[in-house]
Formats: sequence, structure tokens, C-alpha cells
Amino acid sequence: MRVEGRALKFGDNVNTDLILPGKYLVLTRPEDLAAHAMEGLDPGFPRKAQEYGLVVAGVNFGGGSSREHAALALKHAGVRCVVAESFARIFFRNAINNGLPAVACPGISSKVEEGDRLEVELEKGLVTNKSKGVTLQAKPFPGFLLGILRDGGLIPHLNKKHSENKPSLGEGKPSRQGVSSPF
Amino acid sequence: MSSGLTLTEKILARASGLPRVEAGGYVEAEVDLVMMHDLTGPLALDAFERLVERRVWNPGRVVVVFDHQVPADTVRSAELQRRLRRFVAEYGVRNFYDVGKGGICHEVLPEKGHVKPGDLVVGADSHTCTYGALGAFATGVGSTDVAAVLAQGRLWFRVPETVRVVVEGRFQRYVSAKDLILHMAGCLGEDGANYKSLEFTGSTVGKMGMDGRMTLCNMVVELGAKAGLVPPDGVTFRYLEGRVAGSLRPLYPDEGAEYEGELSFSVDSLEPQVACPPRVANVKPVGEVAGLPVDQAVLGSCTNGRMDDLREAAGLLRGRRVKDGVRMIVLPASQEIYLRALEEGLLEVFARAGAAVGPPNCGPCLGGHFGLLAEGEVCISSTNRNFTGRMGSPGAKVYLASPATVAASAVTGRITDPREVGGR
Repeated sequence: MRVEGRALKFGDNVNTDLILPGKYLVLTRPEDLAAHAMEGLDPGFPRKAQEYGLVVAGVNFGGGSSREHAALALKHAGVRCVVAESFARIFFRNAINNGLPAVACPGISSKVEEGDRLEVELEKGLVTNKSKGVTLQAKPFPGFLLGILRDGGLIPHLNKKHSENKPSLGEGKPSRQGVSSPF
Repeated sequence: MSSGLTLTEKILARASGLPRVEAGGYVEAEVDLVMMHDLTGPLALDAFERLVERRVWNPGRVVVVFDHQVPADTVRSAELQRRLRRFVAEYGVRNFYDVGKGGICHEVLPEKGHVKPGDLVVGADSHTCTYGALGAFATGVGSTDVAAVLAQGRLWFRVPETVRVVVEGRFQRYVSAKDLILHMAGCLGEDGANYKSLEFTGSTVGKMGMDGRMTLCNMVVELGAKAGLVPPDGVTFRYLEGRVAGSLRPLYPDEGAEYEGELSFSVDSLEPQVACPPRVANVKPVGEVAGLPVDQAVLGSCTNGRMDDLREAAGLLRGRRVKDGVRMIVLPASQEIYLRALEEGLLEVFARAGAAVGPPNCGPCLGGHFGLLAEGEVCISSTNRNFTGRMGSPGAKVYLASPATVAASAVTGRITDPREVGGR
């Protein structure tokens, strides 16, 4: 799986109150949430997101509230991938569960400027800044998380498993073998 | 010979049907209890309704609590709540706490006996980690995660690294668990425990009541932690008496459990702490911010709306008045706490002091309901987040502190060391 786009850049500790303020939690339709994506930092974000497609951020992206509204708002505003130094864990789950790749890539902040053209290869965990000719190794996803992303999120993934009559997460299901953290 | 397991690892191993699990590995585990509330529930239902097979694996292990936008503040909130009421009726979810029957989810679940030591609990709310105070492994997840658990009773987890946190010493008067966890946030930073599980031990934690333990575990997520646990002891089992039915299956960390690290804190000389906006980790001793005028004081929330919190604040407000120009909002965390505070005369103390006592709910904490701040206003609050825009205007400022500091500041109209109002 490969995602391409241009970077919209943010700093460290972008919490979910900034991605989607609490007053909008009564919204549930994706297009309504998308209209307020990143409102706490840049009210013009929804206009730009469609054109750029990628968010690049610093450490601890998505900290704070568990609101899945935040991941939905980004995705439906047109964000196809978030690349950050690190993620807060619940945002990471919410992004993957909605088919939005959240790629933890230490060092990314200093290698990307707003508007740079990036290519992200999810299987290999490679992030290439085509504008600057630099490639970084991100933390790769364990197999079962790639499976969820390939199917477009956890619900379609479970539906596929159901149709294949494999009620558990099935092939590539979590193992207790140590895998480095994808966060 | 393999090393011993932490409490976190033992709970995740049992829930996964494995003899042992290792930090950094992934498991698919059976969940004992799943919770959603009025704001995360509707998205969970959206996800659940996209499932091919829409059945609830075990309605008895599902808890639904209305606490964020209640009583409904808008027609939109009322419609979301009606949708959840229809869901619980259709699927036979009996553990449903409507307006007036429950309160804030993170008080209601322990209080009503839904959480037991050794359980694996998930909830669509980041402060689900509160239940670690009872020796459970409890963590916040998203709404789609909840939909998956509703359907199959299982979920994937990464086994977190466990850090042992040893707390020793005696708190000074008017210094409490809130000051300790704020101090820890200041030391570690807002991602200082990212993804980890914190297991609390030491004489201070041993002597701490369940209310303080819940405050402590509640805010571990503000350090990025996945969970915070206190191994069960006499305090835990006394709290559970009369609340839980059936036998208990407590687990304890092994002797010689292998922790990723150990942190030590001494509270003997700990002063009241204040987290300054816009970061929970931006923590200073109260003396460094004392004197800042406040417009609003909030006492309540899943962090600090329990009996010990209300008693401490009432002790400072008894016979005193909330300063003119300051509005104080008091929100007991649950209906049960509201009634006990009523019977103890605490609500009368607050009302006579000029505080507005409201119904048990999340109130202004997340900025979705009443008690919001205008641009340029300052609030001292016993809640858990001070992010930009969290309690209303992005131009307002929220300072986080203990119930004692909130009460003392309400009396003087300025951020105040509670020891100066109550005496040392």
C-alpha cells in the first residue's frame, strides 16, 4: 500500500481538543466533522486537506480525549495518511480502525517542510520526501494491523472475516512474539 | 527460568488464555466489561450497524452511562440519547444509567460494582484508566473498538511495558492524590509514560483511600499511559463489600516481576500543585502562580468529584463565601455521592457559600455543556485537562489543581495555597 501527497505540517502534542473541539462531539456525520477538522489550530485546514492529503506532525499526535470524531474529521477532510514522530495510543487505534494510516516515523519533523511531496510505503514502513530526496525508516505495522488497513478499517475487516467464516481476527492475528511498537 | 509477571501482564495473559505475555507483543484478549457514554456511544452504534452480524456478545457485560451532555442541552443531544436508549432496550443492556440514575461513568462503574480486581475493562473514554484503582486493567479505546467488543467480546491489545511507581511518605494537610499526579505529570511530561502501564505501590498508596486511588489512576492518561493500576488490598476489598456480587478473581504482581523501570516519589514535602495552561505537564507549585485572579472555580469531574474531594472543599468553604466576581460550580460525581453529600450537609455548605451545585455530570470539563468560559477568563478547576479551548473560548485559561486549592481560590478570588486559608 502506497500513499502520496503533500505535507501539511504541525508541531508536537497536537491533542484531540485541537483536532476537534469538544463542542462538536454531538456531530456524527463525517462531512459535518470534517468541516471542523483542526479548527483549534488552523480553521482553514479543511480547504487545504483535500489538496495536500498528508499531515506531518511532531511527538504525541492525538493525545488526550478518546474521541474517534478526531480521526474521522481528519479522514473525511481528505487526509489520507498522518506521519508523526509518535502517536498517542487511542488516536492511533482510532485512525487504523477507520482505515487512516498513522505512521510513526522518528525524525520526520526535521526532514519535512510544509508543502513537500511525500510518498509513504506502508508495508515497508518507508517515508520518502520526494521534494528533498530523503527517505526515512518508519516503525512498520505488524501484519494484522496492515490487514485492517488493507480492508479499509476494523469494521470492513471483521465483515470480511465473517464472510470467510473466521470469527477471530484470523490470518495475521496478534501474536505474543515481540514486535517493535508501531507507535 | 522465566521471570515473574507484572499485574498488567498477568491480567492480559489470563484474558488471552496464555500462560504468559511479553511487553511489546500483541494479544487478542477476552474483555470482561465494555463501557460507552452519550458522546462516544453514537459513533459506536454507527460502527456496530455497519457490521454484517449485529448481535451483542453479552449484554450483561455492557454498561452505558449518560454523563457528558446531560440533562440534554440541545435537541441534537436529546436525539443522540434517544438513539442510545433505543439500543439498550433493543439489545437488553440492563446496565444503563440514565439521567438521575448514575452520574459520571468513571465513578458509576466502580460504585455500582461493575469493576472487579483482575478484570480487563475497555471504555470509549480516555479516562477509563480510572478503574485501575481497583486492580483491574482498564484502558480507553475508540468507538469502533467498542463496536468490535459489542459484537465479539474480544479486542486486540499491545502488551504495554510496565513501570513500577513507588510512593512513600505522608501528605501535608490540604495536599492530596491530585497534587501527586500533577507533580508526576510535571516530572514525566505529557507523553512521559506513552503507551506504558504504571503500577503504583508504596506506603502512601497503601494508606490512600479508594477516592484518592481513583484520582491517581484517572490522570495517568495525561502522561500518555495506557493504564494505571493499584494491586488489590484491604482498602480495595472493603470498597467492594456490598457492591459486587459473586466470587472475585483478584490477581497480584509476581514476586520478582520484571518491570521496565521504577520511579520513586516522596510526598512528605510535596506542596499543592497547579497545572498551567495549555498543558497538563506544565506544573508548578501553587506558590509560583498564587495571586492570579480567577473568574470561575470548578469542583467535580471523574478526577475529583468524590466524597473525599467534596469533604475537603467543604471544610474550607464552611462559614466562608465564594468571593464576589467569582462563580463556583460544584458537581458531585454521581447520584450516590450527591445523596451522601446532601445527608452530610456538604451541599448546604456549598450553597450557603454561594456556589452553584449542579447535577452529577461532566459539566464544563470538556467544554460541551454549561459553565463555559469567555475569552480572557481564568478558571481554577479540579478537572483533568487545561488544553486550549477545552472549557469554552480558545482565549480562556484553565488551571488544574486539587479540590482544596480550588475551594481556597474560590474564597479569595485568586489562585491560593489552601494552607493559607485552612491553616497548616
